Amino acid sequence: MTLPVQFIWLIPALPLLAALVGALTPRRGRALASGAAIAAMAGSTLLSCGALATALANPAAHLAANFTWFGLGTGAVQLGWLLDPLTGFMCVMVSFVSLLIFIFSLGYMHEDENFKQFFCFLSLFAAAMLGLLVANSLLLLFVCWELVGLASYLLIGFWFHKPSAAAAAKKAFITTRIGDLGFLLGLVWLYDSTGSLLFFDGGNGVLEPTVLASLAGQTLCGGLAVSTAIGLLIFCGAVGKSGQFPLHVWLPDAMEGPTPVSALIHAATMVAAGVFLIARVYPLMSADQALAHVPLHALTVVAFIGAITALLGAVIAVAQTDIKRVLAFSTVSQLGYMMLALGVGSWTASIFHLLTHAFFKALLFLGAGSVIHAAHHEQDIRSLGGLRPRMKVTFATFAIGMMALSGVPFLFSGFWSKEAILHAAHEWDVSQIPLYAGLTAVVLTAFYMTRLVAETFFGQARSEPASHAHESPAVMTVPLVLLAVGAVLLGFTGTPACPWLQARLSGTPLHSSMEHLLEGGGLMLLSIVLVGAGLGLGWVLYGRNPRASATAVDPLAHSFPQTYAFLGARLKFDELYAATLFRLNSALATLAAFFDLWVWGGAVNLLAWLGEFGGEVNRKFDEEGLNDGFDTVSGSVRGTGQRYSRAQTGEAHGYMRTVAIAFAILTLLLVWLVLASGGGR
Amino acid sequence: MSTLPLLSLLVLAPWAGALLLAALPGLSARAVRGIALAFSFSTLLFGLIALSGFNPAAAGYQFEEHHAWIRELNVHYRLGLDGMSLLLVLLTAIVSPLSLAAAARGARDLRLLGALFLVLQGSALGVFLALDFFHWFIFWELSLVPAFFLIKLWGGPGAGRAAYQFVIYTIAGSAFMLLGFAALYAATGTLDFTELAQLGAGGGLATLLGPRAIVAVFLGVFIGLAVKVPLFPFHTWLPPAYAEAPTGVSMFLTGVMSKMGVYGFLRLLWPIFPAQLHAAAPCLLWLALGGVVLGAFAAIKQTDLKRMIAYSSVNHLSYCLLALFAVAAGRSAPNAGATAAAFSGTLLQMFNHGLSAAALFYGVGVLERRTGGLRGLADFGGVRTVAPVFAGLCGIAMFSSLGLPGLNGFVGEFLIFRGVFGLEPGIAAIATLGLLATALFLLTFWQRVFHGPRAGAASGEFPDLDRGERLTLLPLVALMFLFGVLPHLLTGLINPLVTTWAGTLPLP
Repeated sequence: MTLPVQFIWLIPALPLLAALVGALTPRRGRALASGAAIAAMAGSTLLSCGALATALANPAAHLAANFTWFGLGTGAVQLGWLLDPLTGFMCVMVSFVSLLIFIFSLGYMHEDENFKQFFCFLSLFAAAMLGLLVANSLLLLFVCWELVGLASYLLIGFWFHKPSAAAAAKKAFITTRIGDLGFLLGLVWLYDSTGSLLFFDGGNGVLEPTVLASLAGQTLCGGLAVSTAIGLLIFCGAVGKSGQFPLHVWLPDAMEGPTPVSALIHAATMVAAGVFLIARVYPLMSADQALAHVPLHALTVVAFIGAITALLGAVIAVAQTDIKRVLAFSTVSQLGYMMLALGVGSWTASIFHLLTHAFFKALLFLGAGSVIHAAHHEQDIRSLGGLRPRMKVTFATFAIGMMALSGVPFLFSGFWSKEAILHAAHEWDVSQIPLYAGLTAVVLTAFYMTRLVAETFFGQARSEPASHAHESPAVMTVPLVLLAVGAVLLGFTGTPACPWLQARLSGTPLHSSMEHLLEGGGLMLLSIVLVGAGLGLGWVLYGRNPRASATAVDPLAHSFPQTYAFLGARLKFDELYAATLFRLNSALATLAAFFDLWVWGGAVNLLAWLGEFGGEVNRKFDEEGLNDGFDTVSGSVRGTGQRYSRAQTGEAHGYMRTVAIAFAILTLLLVWLVLASGGGR
Repeated sequence: MSTLPLLSLLVLAPWAGALLLAALPGLSARAVRGIALAFSFSTLLFGLIALSGFNPAAAGYQFEEHHAWIRELNVHYRLGLDGMSLLLVLLTAIVSPLSLAAAARGARDLRLLGALFLVLQGSALGVFLALDFFHWFIFWELSLVPAFFLIKLWGGPGAGRAAYQFVIYTIAGSAFMLLGFAALYAATGTLDFTELAQLGAGGGLATLLGPRAIVAVFLGVFIGLAVKVPLFPFHTWLPPAYAEAPTGVSMFLTGVMSKMGVYGFLRLLWPIFPAQLHAAAPCLLWLALGGVVLGAFAAIKQTDLKRMIAYSSVNHLSYCLLALFAVAAGRSAPNAGATAAAFSGTLLQMFNHGLSAAALFYGVGVLERRTGGLRGLADFGGVRTVAPVFAGLCGIAMFSSLGLPGLNGFVGEFLIFRGVFGLEPGIAAIATLGLLATALFLLTFWQRVFHGPRAGAASGEFPDLDRGERLTLLPLVALMFLFGVLPHLLTGLINPLVTTWAGTLPLP
């Protein structure tokens, strides 16, 4: 079965429909909401397989179907769908892992009163994540990118009545948004310089050679190529979403969400979206590679950020005591590996690791979920212990996941994908530092995973819930088994002898021969020795002498108390940010509010006060100056009137007398006037 | 249809309703409410008729009505509708009835409230449709009178002072504008917007007025509009006025009236004074940027939820002016794509902000109604537990306001950033701080009020939305989705206009 690119939108549309059904279902419609979600995911998985088949028929092609979103002036904003092997593999992985985690959630979330809402949010997430994968436009990708951020926010804060969960959700959204602002700027810059945001558009797309050459050809001040600047801005988004240093702080807090969410979103899929993004725009990121005289190549930054993150995550994971936080920091570290691989130029190795990691990390998180479920939400590994005989399936599958993550040789997928990355780092001609960081993280990874397994499953049960734990139901263990199978088998798709996956991803012919199996044998041997050292050390410290009680001191804390405490506090990044960025933000807000109240508002109030003052002066002048003068005059007039009014006696005789006298005077006056004028003539 | 004076009907129908209410004492509260709502809905009816008859391919004024009015003064009664007016008429049509319904809920003296509200609605429509300064200014000033009484008589405890400040501040600004137009009239003998714009674009205005006077006139008109928008730092009247007004009036003030200023900038200031705006724009950009960034940061510090949303309005409207000023500054090479995006973004942002801010004010109003007027950030907790539907709808409005893709707010903000970045990259980069701060205070609002354990006023009885409240919020939320997914429903109306505007550049 093949799925043409014109219909690839069906893959995200199905879970979107399920989310809509979930949103409109009343709270008691548990079966409908979860059934719709799982059916939609099963459908998407099938469609994804079809899409992959289409893509593999011609791996070098980028099949695109573009359309106009809305007109803008005389132009238009275009979006599109894209199908190539990268999309195909990612879709299959995301939909399949989602399907398993949805099924697992049926058991895990069974008792939650917001069960149906959970499936609604999960479906929304899956829709946005799959939409992100099939987008042929950086804008559409960004839209879906923000929507997965929303789903992540809603699901981290799913138990919103817990203040810690509500705070973690906000922290995740804000931290990733910081990165997204860079992404947005990169996006509008790219749009402005090229007039398009389509990846592939018959030669005019932003990932096609003509456009890339023009972008790399323009330089900014300092000689930086425009493509480098845009690439680095887009990379900011990936740093936020994929928990890279220095924006990694939100990811461990995201573990406040239900464990299936941690497995799906904060381990297997969404956090890998940043890696996918950089792999998707890899031609843009590497457009400056051919330029010799530029101060900086975009990919160099990616490699170093990845190396720092890989090491940082692994170091912090050593001293965490919450089962989910150990896994969270291991996710940070593994995402660092993927970025490192992208930076050193092997995006196929990065995607290979992304795919294998999705399986074994989902497996580990669901295993942790099974443990937490069985132990009545006890997550502290110091209080667990002794679960191996009680939870055989969970233990066996968890052990497979642990060995895959640690990179136990040959049988486990993590080994092959990690080798591919180390190999690429070894061949990088800019610096060997990422390689050393990667190798150090190898030892640490094997060490902390051994510690985690030993503390959780071996020794004695160290708390009441742990001692009563029993195996989870089949609805939870079957997904574990399926993921474990994937965590083993997936590695064989990309061994050096037959790098089928890498060849299909890059659309190049496959060169397979057993001679390449041990290619770079020295490096491989070294990393095997390092894995062995990590496992051995972990076993010596934690496995051979299991912890006696929940309150016993950790062997490392015993030897290096201060270092251990510092690591346990996650290198105090949160405190650092609280002391700097938060304060800056708070100061700016206070300043803005202060200016509003006293300066701008103050000026207006001053003017108003001056107006009032002027009015008051005017009033006084009127009342005491003009009015008083007027009053004096009018007072005298009134006095005169009063005096005259005495004549108003009301007696008709009196009036008649006055009239008679007046008449006589007037007559005399008239006579006198006539005579005088006559005499004058 | 062509003989029907559609635009006059649009403006006068609410006024007719107001007269009717004034002339009919002794009606039952139910009847008063019905009459007021019916006349308020008339705008939707006539607006949809206008929409159906509107030719989206034309950039000019349609449904034009032109009559000589006062011949001696060369004053004409001229109404016209282009894409921008149509957007704002439709926005008024959507927001007004919902605001009125919100204001009328449980209000005393319903007849007076309804009449004042309808006068306000008609005046706002008049502002969006008048094309001659004479009656445009009458509409513009007339809108203040009912707004003053609506705030003062039905508002909160500080309403008297807030209403007073609001009216005095805006009237002071308008006085400058009136002086400016008086000078224009004295020099040109016309008050017709189109004729003035032609004079302005051709440079004839500068000749008629003289180089100094035209700057003074520009400044006068500018101040009148800047206070109205408001442009930072002329905005200090806004938070108290919006916060103290009753819910429904806050919705109308932010949803419709706050657009009058931006409309004035686009309809009057930019066309008539292109050269002066061009010269001032590099400075004005910083003021708009101040509104974007400091407005959002000031919102972080607010503990009164209505003041917080009010500051977010300052922030959102400043994006509109940021885009206009970036175009007017014209410092970079001509960039048609960025210019078109900036204009489209401005128009969409006006529309989208109207929807989302009205919904947010309504949300705070719901909180107030249930708790006897509480609206502090710390007065609530865990509301989502007891009122999930309310929380959901309010949350959607919030995410629309912070520009989540898929909802309407994103499209406008994306286009503004795309446009401003193409014209003024540095300014655009700083403006992103406003996006961050907006997310910060809105999510803080959401977290403190809706999340966490039930606390404060939400720990007692707190019913979820009733039918009337759902009927108010649901249309707004539905439109947020609609225009977020299908923005061409809006851009289709303004594309020719935007193209024309972009084509009238380059500036002198």
